[in-house]
Amino acid sequence: MSAATAVLNPRLTAATTGRVLRQLRHDHRTIAMMVLLPSLLLGLLYLLWRDVPSLPGQPSVFDRVGLTMLGIFPFVVMFLVTSIAMLRERTSGTLERLLTTPLSRLDLLLGYGLAFGVAAAVQALVTVTVATTVYDLEVAGSLWLVVLIAVVDAVLGVALGLLASAFARSEFQAVQFMPVIVLPQFFLCGLLVAREQMAGWLQAVSDVLPLTYAVEALQEVGRSAAETGTMWRDVGVVAGAAVLALALAAATLRRRTS
Amino acid sequence: MADAVTVTDLVVERGRRRVLHDLSCAVPAGRVTGLLGPSGSGKTTLMRALVGVQRVRSGEVTVLGEPAGSPGLRARVGYVTQSPSVYPDLSVRENARYFAALYGRGARAADDALAAVGMTDAAGQLVADLSGGQRSRASLACALVGEPELLVLDEPTVGLDPVLRVDLWDRFHALAGAGTTLVVSSHVMDEAGRCDRLLLLREGRLLADLTPGELRADAGTHDLEEAFLTLVRRGEEVAA
Ligand SMILES: Nc1ncnc2c1ncn2[C@@H]1O[C@H](COP(=O)(O)OP(=O)(O)OP(=O)(O)O)[C@@H](O)[C@H]1O
Ligand SMILES: [Mg+2]
Repeated sequence: MSAATAVLNPRLTAATTGRVLRQLRHDHRTIAMMVLLPSLLLGLLYLLWRDVPSLPGQPSVFDRVGLTMLGIFPFVVMFLVTSIAMLRERTSGTLERLLTTPLSRLDLLLGYGLAFGVAAAVQALVTVTVATTVYDLEVAGSLWLVVLIAVVDAVLGVALGLLASAFARSEFQAVQFMPVIVLPQFFLCGLLVAREQMAGWLQAVSDVLPLTYAVEALQEVGRSAAETGTMWRDVGVVAGAAVLALALAAATLRRRTS
Repeated sequence: MADAVTVTDLVVERGRRRVLHDLSCAVPAGRVTGLLGPSGSGKTTLMRALVGVQRVRSGEVTVLGEPAGSPGLRARVGYVTQSPSVYPDLSVRENARYFAALYGRGARAADDALAAVGMTDAAGQLVADLSGGQRSRASLACALVGEPELLVLDEPTVGLDPVLRVDLWDRFHALAGAGTTLVVSSHVMDEAGRCDRLLLLREGRLLADLTPGELRADAGTHDLEEAFLTLVRRGEEVAA
């Protein structure tokens, strides 16, 4: 019954976004890690492959892996941060209280999505800047597209994190959803083994995992200077998966509990 | 006198246990109604049912003329949970402003609510750095800020010193005087005397619905704690 009344109030969504960002702002260490950690990890990859010669005519391993990582970091980080944040709302009683206010469940979830989307944009801008200037990452296409894809990936991570937190009763469980949700997508996304070389059924699984499309979109931007249709389709798939996960999260968020 | 809340044959099960047994009661509008009973008697469960977050087995709860928890009620009902539910990683003022925004109010309303609970001086402090009593006052402010018609307060005075306690009870009566209906739970019997009306719960059943004066007269003692115990024993004799 209350699922049908999930109206949307932009003012309340914005208030929630502001509140989540304010919570982040008080937590300096989390901000520092969110903004700097991907750049540092990327630096490690850069050093790892710096002296490995690449095949002539092929992009260097770092260009390929580093670019993919620009999409995977925000996905993983935002998944973790959101599932913990939502679990804290649940266990601290603030969620119960919010559900008695005019805030709708969709307002709450979108509020989170927007807040961490903003955080992801800052993270992506810093990481892309560092990657292309300090580590000489080569990207044929527009860097803005890389940032866009990173933000869409982050929003997907937020949406899946919100959904996963509905099934976690404790922080211990919530943290363990990370490998469950993230690692299979990472293994099958085409980075470790090219998708064409996978067994047929693994390729089929890979076809329905959203991270596959995020990685393909980044590879398209890395390869071609012009925007490709495949790239836009992939971005659409990832965004669609995020919307679907948000809707599922709203549906699994019960107002009345026993 | 009109009733702000009516509960009819409410049955609630939590886990595999029946927590409220065919409970029926009413809360008069514009009054302070005390919900009293021993720990585990179902006070919090009943309050959760009033604000519409408790899954109920059967029965009806009508709040301000609508079924409890209907969307139209959410701006008209304020709820303070038993353990303070405010964001520890925000300042007191930021918490109050967020809840003010959810009720469509501005920064002024937030400041007023903080002043009402004596938290103006601590407004800039992070909730994580507050004492227990300060934290529960911050939580209370976040409900007052919406100026709801019905305030459901689960043990709002726990951990407060006598002076603050008296202040808050005066505030509750001032709100009731202005037309707000309050339901306040407590297991401190000396607070029962400050209520206009008492609902006494025991093991998920309504033991009595009366005024403090009636409770004293009924039990033949001036001491409310004593009177409550008398009623409980009488109930046990009837059951036996
Ligand atoms: N989440 C839950 N799951 C299962 N049973 C619960 C849950 N919460 C409470 N109960 C049970 O429901 C009964 C009523 O609990 P409730 O919290 O309503 O009591 P209370 O009167 O508010 O007690 P207190 O004064 O200690 O706050 C208790 O027996 C309790 O064990
Ligand atoms: Mg209780």
